[in-house]
Amino acid sequence: MDKKGLIFNIMRYSISDGPGIRTTVFLKGCPLSCLWCHNPEGQSPRKELIIRRDRCIQCGACLVCCPAPGSPDSCRLCGKCAEVCCTGARELLGRELTVPEAMAEIEKDIIFYDESGGGVTFSGGEPLLQAEFLLALLGACREQGIHTAVDTTGFAPFSVLEAAAPLTDAFLYDLKLMDNGQHLEDTGVPNSGILSNLSRLARGHQNITVRVPIIPGITDTDGNLEAMAAFLKPIPIQQVEILPYHNTALAKYQHLGRTYPLADLASPSQEKMKEAATALAASGHKVIIGGVPNE
Amino acid sequence: MNERVAKLREQSLETVPSISPERALLLTEFYRQCPPDTCSIPVHRALALKYLLEHKAICINPGELIVGERGPAPKATPTYPELCCHSLEDLDILNAREKIPFRVSPEVREIFAREIIPCWQGRNLREQIFAAMTPEWKDCYAGGIFTEFMEQRAPGHTVVDDKIYRKGFLDFQEEIAASRAALDWHNDPRAWDKGEELRAMEICCQAIIAYARRHAERARELAQTETDPRRREELKQIAEVSEHVPAHAPRTFWEALQAYWFVHLGVITELNTWDSFNPGHLDQHLWPFYQRDLAQGTLDREGAKELLQCFWVKFNNQPAPPKVGVTAAESGTYTDFANINNGGLKADGSDAVNEVTYLVLDVIDEMRLLQPSSNIQLSKKNPDRFLRRACRIIRQGWGQPSIFNADAVVAELLRQGKSLEDARAGGTSGCVETGAFGKEAYILTGYFNLPKVLEITLNNGIDPQSGKKIGLETGEAADFLDFDQLLGGYEKQLKHFIEIKIRGNHVIERLYAHRMPAPFLSIIIDDCIAKGRDYNAGGARYNTSYIQGVGLGSITDALAAIKHLVFEQNQISMSELLTGLAANFQDNERLRQLLLNKSPKYGNDDDYADSIMTQVFNIFHRTVDGRPNTKGGTYRINMLPTTCHVYFGSKTGATADGRKAKNPFSEGISPVQGVDRLGPTAVLRSAAKLDHLKTGGTLLNQKFSPAILAGETGLEKLMALVRAYFRLDGHHIQFNVVDRATLLAARDNPEAHRDLIVRVAGYSDYFCDLSRELQDEIIARTEHRIVGGAKTTPLQ
Repeated sequence: MDKKGLIFNIMRYSISDGPGIRTTVFLKGCPLSCLWCHNPEGQSPRKELIIRRDRCIQCGACLVCCPAPGSPDSCRLCGKCAEVCCTGARELLGRELTVPEAMAEIEKDIIFYDESGGGVTFSGGEPLLQAEFLLALLGACREQGIHTAVDTTGFAPFSVLEAAAPLTDAFLYDLKLMDNGQHLEDTGVPNSGILSNLSRLARGHQNITVRVPIIPGITDTDGNLEAMAAFLKPIPIQQVEILPYHNTALAKYQHLGRTYPLADLASPSQEKMKEAATALAASGHKVIIGGVPNE
Repeated sequence: MNERVAKLREQSLETVPSISPERALLLTEFYRQCPPDTCSIPVHRALALKYLLEHKAICINPGELIVGERGPAPKATPTYPELCCHSLEDLDILNAREKIPFRVSPEVREIFAREIIPCWQGRNLREQIFAAMTPEWKDCYAGGIFTEFMEQRAPGHTVVDDKIYRKGFLDFQEEIAASRAALDWHNDPRAWDKGEELRAMEICCQAIIAYARRHAERARELAQTETDPRRREELKQIAEVSEHVPAHAPRTFWEALQAYWFVHLGVITELNTWDSFNPGHLDQHLWPFYQRDLAQGTLDREGAKELLQCFWVKFNNQPAPPKVGVTAAESGTYTDFANINNGGLKADGSDAVNEVTYLVLDVIDEMRLLQPSSNIQLSKKNPDRFLRRACRIIRQGWGQPSIFNADAVVAELLRQGKSLEDARAGGTSGCVETGAFGKEAYILTGYFNLPKVLEITLNNGIDPQSGKKIGLETGEAADFLDFDQLLGGYEKQLKHFIEIKIRGNHVIERLYAHRMPAPFLSIIIDDCIAKGRDYNAGGARYNTSYIQGVGLGSITDALAAIKHLVFEQNQISMSELLTGLAANFQDNERLRQLLLNKSPKYGNDDDYADSIMTQVFNIFHRTVDGRPNTKGGTYRINMLPTTCHVYFGSKTGATADGRKAKNPFSEGISPVQGVDRLGPTAVLRSAAKLDHLKTGGTLLNQKFSPAILAGETGLEKLMALVRAYFRLDGHHIQFNVVDRATLLAARDNPEAHRDLIVRVAGYSDYFCDLSRELQDEIIARTEHRIVGGAKTTPLQ
């Protein structure tokens, strides 16, 4: 139980990732690097320093305390500058938590899960990447009677999914692109394992929601949606949920000192979302338009 | 709503509040004709009310079904010169001030100058009260340590129960006569006092019956000249109703509403009871009449709704009488705080929700009026259908109804020593105040500035705003060795100021008991008749005096910052902190940023900060709770601010939570604006760490963006939040559902947003009627919103 996990956010009153009022635990590290990724701070499996330049009042405290001054490359991620930063402009992202520590956070809102039929969602990043930690958390939640959901890219050895399945009440399983080449290009990994994992998982698990991000011009093409519907047809999933692209991650890329390739892409219209839903309904599954309108 | 109601509503909304000299003039006439030394004071006050009700103009507005106004016309607002004699300067301010003005015509101003002011200046209770206060009290009052509710308004905080629907004033008269007949003149040394008080009540019974019958007479006159046959019938019906009630117990739904309204007018004509007198559990009271009328075929649901809507308009026609000075600052609103209870429990402990409950909710939804304010009393026994209906209205964003935990309210009243039946028949009124309806005088005596006491503690008893030493010497802050010493000093200072406040309260309570009895109100509050004792002198079955704590979030965060950054982390020295606060952080923005960002904050479910909150709460509680008042009752605390968090902020320098001088404090038990960053569940958990059951009410505001509550699932989650908070014994929660952009637009372009209503603190108000400081305070409150939809961290 002293296994530690690296978590980059614990979001309470999470209401878009599974039923009821939930706490979503974001595990750091992801094998994918999707063009449209809206949690770029979840990609690296290590801690990261983020800098909100607009908050800096140039007090100079960070410069004084830095043990490895120089270029950003010399940063040892010790976090001292974030500690002394009075405005919170600097923040060392990523907390190492033990299972009991993470559970203490999760259990805080049990009364709200009880009232709303909610629970905890493990997301990321890719939560299956920290398999041992995730399995321990899922086991601990089961013991506490807390409903669990795992929000996954599906890119993991099937053995990990198989081990998680009996401890997971609901899977939120992403499908993005059906063309392997394009998948590799836009997400950094091939899709073959993701697709086969879904087929195999669905044989043994009753509650899988397939989630499809609708990225204009990328995932919402007729060809992609048709192929996806055909692929999903024989698979016994609960439902398909489509999620509209949004560009709220722009600030995060800036804080990380990275450029956001899709910064100028507009969110799909409600009409486009409905078209995508219709296309995917050819799979024979219920399709819902998820997420909540971006504010 | 139908055309009639739409018209009445529109008229009510469009009428500009004005000052009416009618009551003041009649009272002056009466006092001239019948000087106070011609009879006992209670009898004199009763005769004064009788004179007012005999001579005030009878107003029956076109189209209305429920009749009677406080003044000669809607929103023509009387003054109470025996309590507070407005000077010409006051009138000019009232007429000219940008927010909450009252029109004062040159003629009215002249009447005040010629007739009213010469008679009452030097002879009103307000001046007597200030003259009777100690210099210490005056320093604290001027310094913004506390406010005083009774300095220009009478102690009226109570709510009537079901007795006025079971009995008429002829019945009360018999009870009074019986109580008089039972006086033991041989053994009871107070027999004369009781006899005079009872005689006064008897006069008031006759006065209210005669007043109602004047309406009957007027309605008959109007009927004679009315050309529209339908209206003619209505006027005849009004005449019949007003002939019957409140002399007798009401027989119909219509009579029940009209009976209440005459009682309401009696209470608010007798004295300016400043707030919150209301029918309480209206749905429960009306339910038998509704059932009977429907069964007899004399009323249908639409007809009942129309009558209720006409009733609603009557409340909206009565702005709170004009406030001046500190009272205007602590309660800057037209709202008079009548707050109608829906649902909850019956006295036998069963679920009280009935079809009238849903009817009333429909009325609230359609009327969208500031007055009356409305709430639901939610018990674990009430069905989800009830909560869902209320949440659908709440989600529309205008701040009504607010939601109370009926089970917690019962527990609070039981802890205070009420019987189980009296507790269940109780509810909440005003903003969030718990009371045993029909049986309790639960008087708010003033707000208390919790953060200001820390400012004085850190300055060894001196108020740095005035330079005066108004506190105790509890030691130089730099000499405190640890946090406990600081907190110990804080507790000593707090006790010092509470005792100054209570000493003043004792005097003011006795002044009201002696000089300003309320025999009319005493008729309808148990056990004034049985005891032969006035409401203002301890006649009620229960007599509670409250002091209301303000700025709990601000004081918590300030103390947390000192504990964490000064005493534990040693990141800031006490002297650097004191220098920084004294200079309002000028030239030391880094200090302010550290205080803002590097210290635990209440409202994030963080035990470090939240345990300091409970420590402060417990200090305040143990200093006040259980002390005796002058009426045989007890002091209690509650936590609400109305608009006083803005006023108290304006009287306090920079604070150690990083707040700059003069800025508003946190309101109610809500976190400091913008520092709660972990969503609503964390706020609710933090707030539930204080023991709500030890209070007589706490006030929690939450602000949501409309999108986060959208759809059926958004509604379900809102309901779950409320139910969970109440399982944690939370007393009350209310919501603003409005986004930041709308508020900013309304602030900058008020003309286009005249109808925007927001929740302030325990009441709703037009956003454009709020002071700029209060507008900005509401804008700064954390808005729970969706940052990126599904799968997205809220990292900003």
